[in-house]
Amino acid sequence: MIFRVFAKEELENLYDILAVNHMVGAVSKGIGTSGPLFDFDFIYDFKDLRLDFSTTIHSLKRFLLPPVETLSTFEMQKETWQKHVDYNLSKPIVYFGLHTCDINALNKLDKVLWGSVYPDPFYAAKRKNMFIIGSNCMPQPFCFCKSMGTDTALHGFDMFLTDIGDSYFVEIESARAFDCISKLKNREPDVDDHNLFMQVTEAKTKQFSCHVDTTDLTKILDMEFQSEAWKGWGEKCLSCGTCANVCPTCYCYGVTENVDLDLQKAQKIKQLYSCNLIDFAQVSGGHNFRPESHSRIKYRYYHKHRGFVEAFEESLCVGCGRCGVSCLADITVPEVIASVRGKEGHNG
Amino acid sequence: MDSLPFVDVMASSTSHVGKSDMKSFEYTFQAEITNVYPLTATEKLYQIQLIDPAERQRFTFKPGQFVMLELPGIGEAPFSISSSPIRHGDLELCIRGVGNMTNFLAKVPRGTKVGISGPFGTSFPVGKMYAQDIMLIAGGLGLVPLRAPIAAVLENRSRYGNIDIVYGARNPAELLFTYQYDMWRQFDIDLSIIVDQGDDAWDGPVGLITSILAQRIAAARDMKKNTYAIVCGPPVMFKFVCDMLMKAELPMQKIFVSLERRMHCGRGKCCRCNIGSTYTCLEGPVFDYWTVMNLKEAI
Ligand SMILES: Cc1cc2nc3c(=O)[nH]c(=O)nc-3n(C[C@H](O)[C@H](O)[C@H](O)COP(=O)(O)OP(=O)(O)OC[C@H]3O[C@@H](n4cnc5c(N)ncnc54)[C@H](O)[C@@H]3O)c2cc1C
Ligand code: SF4
Ligand code: SF4
Ligand code: FES
Repeated sequence: MIFRVFAKEELENLYDILAVNHMVGAVSKGIGTSGPLFDFDFIYDFKDLRLDFSTTIHSLKRFLLPPVETLSTFEMQKETWQKHVDYNLSKPIVYFGLHTCDINALNKLDKVLWGSVYPDPFYAAKRKNMFIIGSNCMPQPFCFCKSMGTDTALHGFDMFLTDIGDSYFVEIESARAFDCISKLKNREPDVDDHNLFMQVTEAKTKQFSCHVDTTDLTKILDMEFQSEAWKGWGEKCLSCGTCANVCPTCYCYGVTENVDLDLQKAQKIKQLYSCNLIDFAQVSGGHNFRPESHSRIKYRYYHKHRGFVEAFEESLCVGCGRCGVSCLADITVPEVIASVRGKEGHNG
Repeated sequence: MDSLPFVDVMASSTSHVGKSDMKSFEYTFQAEITNVYPLTATEKLYQIQLIDPAERQRFTFKPGQFVMLELPGIGEAPFSISSSPIRHGDLELCIRGVGNMTNFLAKVPRGTKVGISGPFGTSFPVGKMYAQDIMLIAGGLGLVPLRAPIAAVLENRSRYGNIDIVYGARNPAELLFTYQYDMWRQFDIDLSIIVDQGDDAWDGPVGLITSILAQRIAAARDMKKNTYAIVCGPPVMFKFVCDMLMKAELPMQKIFVSLERRMHCGRGKCCRCNIGSTYTCLEGPVFDYWTVMNLKEAI
């Protein structure tokens, strides 16, 4: 990896260099009950771009896995039809200031949506057209990325900025990122910069107050499949699907088709779904494999913390804590996992 | 800097994944419904042929696999292939009208153009069963996915030992493929049928499928060493049938079941088909019983 340092004043120049492209970053969304709110949005003015943001309400997902997406269209003709597939390729987008949890979330999605059998071209098309600038963050009380091994990003970005006081310490991962940095006033880092960088990491590590014990978790989830704890969570859960909506790695969906009123065209539409919704696993004949909310919430944890680990040797949860923050019933990952282990958990 | 270069993922050089792999994601073969035969009040047998002769020939599948059938603008759903693999893209699907798409399908005329994608999923390893006895156990619509392995076995009848089909339905009017029973028997297949409830014309056994299964197990040569079992039926049936087979000392890796789950992609992406955290569309629908025992909430 190549490292550089540039003064903070240069940030606007970096923005300007990239501003000919579409740009997405964190913007302020006002003040909530527990402090300022942020979310990802398109940026049209450097002044709107925030790098000092805490966890955004939503993840980046809507840019990569839109809530509703047309998979194909049909031109209905007399006695036959023609199918057209448009991979919904859009222009490249610059993502300015992603935290490590969101970068890791993309790396994880890559494994299942792009790296396994039947690669998804709709995802790949958007993924390939990303330019990612990461930025360091300090953990919120609900963040447990450290426990999930996602408090640092090893790859999956073009450049990564760490705030070391007056300057940014940059990790450069791609040639095009190197070209951008070369246009700024920059220098090679010296030993002092290295030390500052390490101090920032250390301070981040020290600030975590929320933890999840993942030791043997795949086995424990199997052992405790019938645990009463699930029943308790099932009683609290409203089966609203908000958790999946805000989660950076929830990707499940449903497909529906519809015809235009003039019968000339038809569409096949993909809609993101949530495994907590009641008919998620209902099949023909009316049989529902997960009729109770506890079986559905259990399944969500099963997929994240067991199934994905089995398939890819890592958890699908990045510990961003968004699901817990947004849940109307105050259900949080650290508390759920602790309860399955027979312990009392706390969330920050 | 100029604007970032646009990367076309369909240009094969831009990705570690081949262009054809990507294209297959939303690829549908155009096919035509060439014939429709009503089998019962709710099920029909559809003969569906891929239109392009080259595609039809190239279309190969294994018994137990399924396809996604698409009626543009109406819906897409998974169906087991019910015809013999040697017929390639000249498929037979037996479909029960249960909802939007399947009821619409029941009304379309011959010649309707539909979309087919697949084949998907795992299959019954009939090639491994040479010289062995096979017990095929089906409840209700479960006979549909078993018709492909039955056809495959009949085409090589002399290579297999005794073949039993044990089939249970709610009543005689719901029995599927009645016109084939004589043919199966001519091929030296022991076909036992039982219904939950008989009618005036019915002189066969009445009761649960497990009662005639017990008789067939008692009559079997050697369950422990010489037998494979293939099971498909409604969710409640699996447990009883598989327990019985296990009691008869049939090794669990020689019992194969075909499971049904909701499916919206068939490609390991939508997660709707998950059992515990296993994809039924990729690692199933055919599982051996050892795997099933390791899956939570499977049966
Ligand atoms: C591997 C596999 C093989 C199958 N083989 C056959 C077969 O050979 N013959 C046959 O008649 N049926 C088969 N089915 C069931 C068939 O897929 C459903 O009957 C069909 O999806 C219902 O579609 P619909 O639009 O008519 O129903 P809808 O109007 O969409 O809904 C009716 C009911 O079907 C359920 N359903 C909806 N979509 C699906 C889906 N994609 N998968 C499962 N259930 C769904 C709904 O929950 C609802 O309860 C198979 C299913 C699977 C998973
Ligand atoms: S866990 Fe919370 S957010 Fe998720 S479905 Fe249940 S109530 Fe909704
Ligand atoms: S499950 Fe919750 S904590 Fe884990 S990645 Fe999803 S939103 Fe973040
Ligand atoms: S059917 Fe979509 S993941 Fe299996």
